[in-house]
Amino acid sequence: MSRVHRFAFGVMLGALALAAGATKMDGPAPDAVFDLRIKKLESELRCLVCQNQTLADSNADLADDLRREVRGLARAGKSDDEIKAYLVARYGDFVLYNPPVKSTTWLLWSGPFGLLAGGALMWWIILRRRQKSQLAAAAPDPDAEARARARLDKDDDESVSAG
Amino acid sequence: MKATRWSIPLAIFVILMAFLYIGLNRDPREVPSPLLDKPAPAFVLSQLHDPASKLTNADLKGKVWLLNVWASWCVSCRVEHPLLMQLAASNIVPVYGLDYKDKPDAGRAWLAQNGNPYTLSAVDLDGRVGIDYGVYGVPETFLIDKQGIVRYKQIGPLTVESLQQKILPLVRELQK
Repeated sequence: MSRVHRFAFGVMLGALALAAGATKMDGPAPDAVFDLRIKKLESELRCLVCQNQTLADSNADLADDLRREVRGLARAGKSDDEIKAYLVARYGDFVLYNPPVKSTTWLLWSGPFGLLAGGALMWWIILRRRQKSQLAAAAPDPDAEARARARLDKDDDESVSAG
Repeated sequence: MKATRWSIPLAIFVILMAFLYIGLNRDPREVPSPLLDKPAPAFVLSQLHDPASKLTNADLKGKVWLLNVWASWCVSCRVEHPLLMQLAASNIVPVYGLDYKDKPDAGRAWLAQNGNPYTLSAVDLDGRVGIDYGVYGVPETFLIDKQGIVRYKQIGPLTVESLQQKILPLVRELQK
């Protein structure tokens, strides 16, 4: 190894050590918790420009601004609910991916459960109807039984009178 | 009992069609503004043509005015621009501009080239006032009454219909 090489190697080692030290210092700082919170919050908010994307996923300019705003509010100590209220006051409930339960949204919230209940009811009715028809097919016709009994009774009467 | 066999699916079909038909005529891009009938958010911004002076909505109390959000980079602003020029020439209602997230130089150049319909324009450099007004698609136009209450919001370019059928009748009523 020449002197130049040795020097270069030393510089590289030094740089590596510095880099390692730097990452160690960054480590699991409270910032990570904050970032996680912001990420979760942004994934619950809608980007208004590309409406089927969350704020977290969107690259739109406005989404950038709104992310900055969300971060700023969170840094200022606002709670998640306060941040959401801030955006709702400006853009309406539409920014929330989870719309609040209100008189205008009850159908949205109860609809799927209503459909599920309707489906269950239909299923039950069809099952019962099928069961009934199967029972009816298996069991002797009550009318036939009555006719048979009537005929038997008649035979009995005849035999008695004959005897 | 026989009637229910087809009447239930038919009822479901009719309801579904009704929902889909209503959905067909709605524009999902038009988000209803929660600002309607609420006080217009306060702003203090530098004027486009005189950055040392400020424009604030408090100065405009007592008159009916339009706030038009525009930018030199905004393509659909070119569509509504002739209408704004006509509106400004008619002197029916003053139009104030909000130059949204624009370089002031570019904004001034754009107005010099295309004509300036605005009584005054304010510069919203970082778009924060835009956020306060719930702006998500430039151009947008707000009609604000004498008490500073937002009475109407147009999302997207102004059209002859929106002006004649909604904005101008409202302006006349509010000016009384």
